Formats: sequence, structure tokens, C-alpha cells
Amino acid sequence: MAQNIKNMKLAIKLAFKNLIGAGLRTWLNVIVLSFSFVIIIAAKGILVGWDRQAKNDMTDWEIGEGQYWNENYDPFDAFTLNDAHAAIPTEFKSDIKNGDMVPTLITQGTIYPEGRMISILLKGIPPQQTLLKLPTHKLDTVVGVIPAIIGSNMARSNKLNIGDYVTIRWRDVNGTFDATDIFIADIFTCNVPTVDASQVWLPLDSLQSMTLLKDEATILTFANEENIQQTPENWTLKTFDALVKNIDDMIQTKSVGQSIFYGILLILALLAIFDTQVLSIFRRQKEIGTYVALGFTKYQVVGLFTIEGAMHAILAAIVGAAYGIPFLLWFAKTGISLGASSADYGIVMAETMYPVYSLGLVAGTTLAVLLATSVVSYWPSRKIAKMNPTEALRGKLQ
Amino acid sequence: MKTTITTLFICLLSLTITAQSADEILDKVDKNMSSKNRVFESTMTIYGKRNSRTITSKSYSVGDKQAYTEYLSPAREQGTKMLKLEDQLWIYSPSTDRTIQISGHMLRQSVMGSDLSYEDMMEDRKLTEVYNAKVKGKELVDGRETWLLELTAKVQDIAYATRKVWIDTERYVPLKEELYAKSGQLLKRSTLSDVKQISGRWFPTRIVYKDMLKQGDGTEFKMNSIKFNQEIPDYIFTKAALKQ
Repeated sequence: MAQNIKNMKLAIKLAFKNLIGAGLRTWLNVIVLSFSFVIIIAAKGILVGWDRQAKNDMTDWEIGEGQYWNENYDPFDAFTLNDAHAAIPTEFKSDIKNGDMVPTLITQGTIYPEGRMISILLKGIPPQQTLLKLPTHKLDTVVGVIPAIIGSNMARSNKLNIGDYVTIRWRDVNGTFDATDIFIADIFTCNVPTVDASQVWLPLDSLQSMTLLKDEATILTFANEENIQQTPENWTLKTFDALVKNIDDMIQTKSVGQSIFYGILLILALLAIFDTQVLSIFRRQKEIGTYVALGFTKYQVVGLFTIEGAMHAILAAIVGAAYGIPFLLWFAKTGISLGASSADYGIVMAETMYPVYSLGLVAGTTLAVLLATSVVSYWPSRKIAKMNPTEALRGKLQ
Repeated sequence: MKTTITTLFICLLSLTITAQSADEILDKVDKNMSSKNRVFESTMTIYGKRNSRTITSKSYSVGDKQAYTEYLSPAREQGTKMLKLEDQLWIYSPSTDRTIQISGHMLRQSVMGSDLSYEDMMEDRKLTEVYNAKVKGKELVDGRETWLLELTAKVQDIAYATRKVWIDTERYVPLKEELYAKSGQLLKRSTLSDVKQISGRWFPTRIVYKDMLKQGDGTEFKMNSIKFNQEIPDYIFTKAALKQ
């Protein structure tokens, strides 16, 4: 056992000396591999950052810790909105009063900014709620008409500003048209398009009386998943995980797409190491023969060459850390600006994305690169096991 | 005391007469405007903010329940067909060779970008069935004397809570109509003109629809030719006819 450790130490020492001795060739390989390291960590960091930011934003602006949906509600089918409402269950009244739950009523409507006709969703929310970041306290604004808040994308696309009056038209539960002017009390900026694009937020009481749906709601958003009670009749529980599933799916799809890019990057770097190994074994036959003559078994020599190749990854990790850590820290601070808002894509996405690097990400990437490098180092080194040591010592081509 | 009772009686009597008159007026309008069936060619001009476009079509209708329209021009709309059977509406598009049913919120969309929604076209209940009518007085519209009727919904499932209709006192043809929201806001206005006598009845051949909340000069609907009580084959009002 002790002998093995000693041999291993010797192999590492030798491998390191050989590597350093190879000079520029080693450093070129190491630098190329270190680029792969840093780029993979940075790119993966963006995905992790996006995932975290998207989920945080959704929690803060839209879904809380989870929601109850009216059983008829389907956000992807506007046809369902006519029937997607029911009385707020009595067992939730205390939660709503305590601020642990927010009821939202959703109905279709039309807005007429500057005489244009735009289909929208009218959403009613209690002005006193604090569970979601929406500035609903502005819905307490006392004006002659109904106060409303809208998102910045909605405001931009319809040329609306704070203090504007605009006409909306909707239908009550019986299908009768009604219309009134609303007052834009506030415009909020958020990265969740499903609370911004084509939506107008009104006080819940107002929307309930406008639609003749007193005490009814479409969605109940709750603050704490631990307080989940038995799902009432006519309602469906949507857990946090279920609500963010589309984010997970999107990140997973992006991740697969990115993996192809990492693969190409790694293959380029590993190809260089593979070439170096093939060349080393070809040019260093006398050396291989000498090792065997000195008492190394063939497999020990294979191990030595494999360690030598794999050590590229270790050196690359060190070199990558030298310039990568400051770069990645700077990158985490400044982020990457996409120059487009979430509404342009219809997905939860901040204008500037900040990467997040976890220990798992760095360790995982290092391990994966080390493993891949070891494999490409071992692959050509297997040839050594088939060599005739005498021929090798003589430097004869085999 | 006697005077008070007499006055009250006269007031009640006059109210009854007015209410009856309003229904009678609407009945006469119905008789004038409705027919067993009609076949007409029309031109619809949609006046937008910057430009306008004209669509011509040929329509067949039986009562208020069945209607079939084929668009003849422009080239982009040519061959598009629309079929209304009771409360269902189908549209056939030649470019996709598909027939789709317009339902739910799609009914609220505008027809070919006009000020008319599909739903407006689907309305087939008689006004007297769904509204309480009252004569509010007489007014001049385009130089003609009209009764101003105010219609208030008597059923709940109705699109417009109140309407105002101006009816020609001589020809029993509506000359103007305004549709109001529950809040009293004016939503749509239609102006009917070019009243002609066709097959012994007075009929407006030009209608301008205007969504009052929207910019633009509205949509003009002009009937170039109209024939009443024709022989229309039954197959016209089938889904199979859409693909022919």
C-alpha cells in the first residue's frame, strides 16, 4: 500500500517535471483547456442565475409559494375565463385577512388607448395585499374613476403614462357590455410578462362589482406552502414546483443546447491534449524503455503518461482560476445585458442577467474536465503496454 | 280629489298608450325590415386611421337564423365564406382550405377589421323579446321626422343594456341606432340611409357602423342589390356548401 502511494507520488512528480519540461506546448494546451473551464462555468452560471432570478421574480410578483386555481381556469385558453370563477372558500377568509393569501379575479376586457382597440385581461386584486410586489397600495388612490396599475411593457406598448385616463370595456357575468374610464395610478416594472403584458390591475372589489361576481375569484395565491389545507371543491392546488415547471423545462432545454457548445469547446481542447499524448509516446520511446529498464511495469508507465496528460486539467484549473476568478466575479457583478425585455420573449427574463456560481457547478465542471482529460490521456497511452521494451530502449519505431 | 284621480288615470292611460305604441312601432319595423328570405350583394368599406379598404360580398339569408356570405373581392378575401346557423358561426378560408367555428371570445373580434363584431352579426332575437321599449319623443334625423325609442333590456343575457333607435314615422325604417353600456356610455352608433322602396317595402341600403370608443370613421355597408323572398336552395345553408 505504502509502496503504491510512493509510486503514485513519484509518478506525479515525474509527470509534473515532464510537463513543465515540455514548455510552450504544455502551456498552450493548458491555456486552451482553461478557456474551456472558464467559459463553461460562466455560461452555466448564467443559466443558474436565470433560473434563480426567474423563480424569485415569479414568487415575488405572481405565484407566491403556490396557488389554488379555479377548476375551470386554464391560462393558455382564454375561452375558459368566462367560467373560471367561484366564491372564495370560507376556510380561506382568515388567511386572506391575515395577508397570507391573495385572491385574484380575472376577466377579459378591451382597452381603448388613443382610440385603438386592444384585448386585455382585467385582474382584480385587494389593494391592501403585501404578498406580491405589485404596487397595489396605489389602487387605493381616490379619484372619480376606478384606479388601475399596469406594467411598464403594457404602458410602453399602449403609450400610457401615470395620471392618464383611458377607457376600458368589459362584459359582466351575464354578457352585458359595460364601459368606463380608468385612471392609471401607477406603472410598475417587473420581469414577469404574465403580470405585465396586456394586463390591467384593478381593485378586487371594483372588478367584482363590475362583473357582478361578488366575493368570487379565479386564483388564490398563498404565502406559505406549509399551511396548505385540504383543497376545497371547485379549486385545484398548484404547487410551487408545478407553477415553475415551465421555467425548469426551459432551463433544461437551454442546458441541453449549451451542452453541445461545451462539447465542441472541450473536444477542441481535448484534441490538443490527445495529439500531445500521441506525439509524446511516439517521440519518447527511449524514455519509455528506460522507465521499464529501471523497473517500472508497463502499466506504471501507462499510468505515468495518463497522469501527465490529466495534469493538463489540473494546471488548466489553476491557470483558469488565476484569471477566471477575477473575471467571473466581475461578470457576476455586472451581468450580461440582453438589451431586450421579458415581454419581447414572453418568458420570465431580466434585462440584465447575473450569473450565479455554486460550489457544485465549479467542482462538477472541474471533475468533468479532469475525467475527460484523463480518458483522452489514457487512450493513446494504452499503446505503451503493447511495446517491446528492448525495441523501445533502442528508440525503434513500433 | 276627483281631478287628481282623473289626472292619474289620464297619466296611466297615456303611459300604456306610449308603451303599446313603442311595441307597435317595433312590430311595424320588424314587418318592414324582415322577410322570408333575402339575397343581396353588398360593399363594405372600412375606414381606418390612414386608409380605407373595400370588401364586396354576396349574401343569402333566411329570417334571422340562417345566413350565408361569400366574399367576392379584394383578391385576399375572395372565396372566404361565412355560414351562420342559429347560434353557430363557421368561416371557410380558401387559403387554408379549412372551415373553423367562431365561438367564445373569438365572436367578440371584429369582422374583417370592421367596426362590426361577429357577435353583432349573430344577434337574432327580436328587439321586442329582449327589450322594453318606450317612445321618448320625436326628432328630426336627416330631415325626416322620427320617433325616438329607448329600449331597456328586460332579460339579463344581453350584450347592450340600453339602446336608442330613431324610427322614420312615415316609412317605419330605423334611421339611427345607438348602443349603450350599462354605465350609460355610448358604445356603437349605426346610421341608416338611402332608404329605397324595394318590392313594396322601405329598406335602408346604406348603413354606417361606428365603434364610438375606437378611432376611425367607422364601417360603411352598402347594399348594391337586394331581392326579397327568392328561391334559395337548402344546401346553401350547410357546412358542405362552404367548401364548394
